Amino acid sequence: MPDQPDRALQDLFQELILDHYRRPRNKGALEPHTHRIGLTNPSCGDELELDLVISGDTIADVRFSGRGCSISQASASMMTQLIKGKSVHEARALAARFNEMMHGSAEAARDKTLGEARSLVGVAKFPVRVKCALLGWNALEEGTKNSH
Amino acid sequence: MSPRLRDVRADFPILRQPSNGHRLVYLDSAATSQKPQAVIDAISAYYGGLNANVHRGGYDLAVRATDAYEEARASLAAFIGAPDPSGVIFVRGTTEGINLIASSLGALKLKRGDTIVVTAMEHHSNLIPWQLVAQARGAETVMVELTADGRIDLADFRRALERSPRIVAFTHVSNTLGTINPVAELVRLAHDAGAVAVVDGAQSAPHVPVDVKALDCDFYVLSGHKMLAPMGIGAVVGKPELLDAMPPYHGGGEMINVVKDTTATYAPLPQKFEAGTPNVEGAIALGAAIAYLRGLGMETVAAHERELVGHALEKLAAIEGMTIYGPMDERAGVISFTLADIHPHDLATILDHEGVAIRAGHHCTQPLMRRLNVSATARASFYVYNTEEDVDALVAALQKALTLFGLAHA
Repeated sequence: MPDQPDRALQDLFQELILDHYRRPRNKGALEPHTHRIGLTNPSCGDELELDLVISGDTIADVRFSGRGCSISQASASMMTQLIKGKSVHEARALAARFNEMMHGSAEAARDKTLGEARSLVGVAKFPVRVKCALLGWNALEEGTKNSH
Repeated sequence: MSPRLRDVRADFPILRQPSNGHRLVYLDSAATSQKPQAVIDAISAYYGGLNANVHRGGYDLAVRATDAYEEARASLAAFIGAPDPSGVIFVRGTTEGINLIASSLGALKLKRGDTIVVTAMEHHSNLIPWQLVAQARGAETVMVELTADGRIDLADFRRALERSPRIVAFTHVSNTLGTINPVAELVRLAHDAGAVAVVDGAQSAPHVPVDVKALDCDFYVLSGHKMLAPMGIGAVVGKPELLDAMPPYHGGGEMINVVKDTTATYAPLPQKFEAGTPNVEGAIALGAAIAYLRGLGMETVAAHERELVGHALEKLAAIEGMTIYGPMDERAGVISFTLADIHPHDLATILDHEGVAIRAGHHCTQPLMRRLNVSATARASFYVYNTEEDVDALVAALQKALTLFGLAHA
């Protein structure tokens, strides 16, 4: 099949990522919520709003809304699955780990605590797309910076 | 039938390099054009034999630099049909040009409660400067709506004019939709309503023959870098009687006549609006770009792009899941589209891997994007160096995107 797109692209748009893009988990607004963080990427127009219910030290519930590319939407969807029920501290540690993976850390990419979000490892090969993958995680870090 | 454009690809050295292992297919000329060797050489020749500050030194080199700079002004005036080169003000580009007009014309014309009319297809550079001056002077901007196929809604345009606006600003060619607006008619309507007509020519000067005298617009603004010249040079082409009445924009050297401790008198046009050392290199290279375009013939350039766009529209429309925005005729070399549920940024990434450079995003037209009910589109834009082969490469790369997203036909 000489006409197949190359491997890096196939990794980037693999089935699991497209599945989260087309069937995002925890999508929609969360009412009531304790935290709402809206982030936009003015260079590309992507918008994301993250709603959190933080009870004590725990992220009791989380949802996101907005629109954007497959990478930003899938990454946010995977993140919500990962952080629901975790402590704020744990969630922030995951965000830091995910950031490391996006900046090429092979060790972070092997870290099973990142769950399905590890499928986004291929984004690191597309530097202009890293900001897409980080949009949801940046919202999480922004929203919890005073809660831990 | 118009004469066919010769194959000019060889004149553009940047197009010889591969991109991601493929032939570079550059389809982002609406953002900036590539430069022919003649323009690159003009920059080098300026610094190799002509560099001096203009309008000051009495020595030979300064005189020759000044002459070359003023020749570039005259050639730009002739290129777009401006009867008087003193109405051609060199600026950094369209953005600076519109800011100059908004600020200076705004100071002359706008009072509290006045209206400025813009359209819903404007680039942010022909919107934000008017918002700013409206806020500063207590005036109001009114936005004219578009038809479903992406043209200015003339009925809404007329309605807006009933408010007797002081200024009406609109683009000649939409950078997102490619729509070619009926400028002469819009200018006439604006004048009948007593308004000053400002035309954003960033996307028209490079692509279609322009005659500002025939259009009768009061201001026409353009960017050199979109018409084969370097970045950082552009022009405001205004009616001299209006420019004379307007206060200066930037103060500084070169724009003065007599300076006293607390006041000054100003230089005549065009120096009144060219404070500081201008981009002499850029102006001279713009002159070289104009000479190159005149060599090709603007009618021929426009015909080439019409043919390419026709070919592209036909091929793109045949792809399942394709949505094309904007009118199907009277369109310059710009096509905005979306494909199935593939986000434009994902499309751009996939196309880039195939050597095809397109733009994805809001194209600095957020009010338009909201009306199209999308957050982004993919945009392919064409120029003199593009060929049917480039269109075919675009279409083949889009097929690959469909395959990657599991949407290709078996």
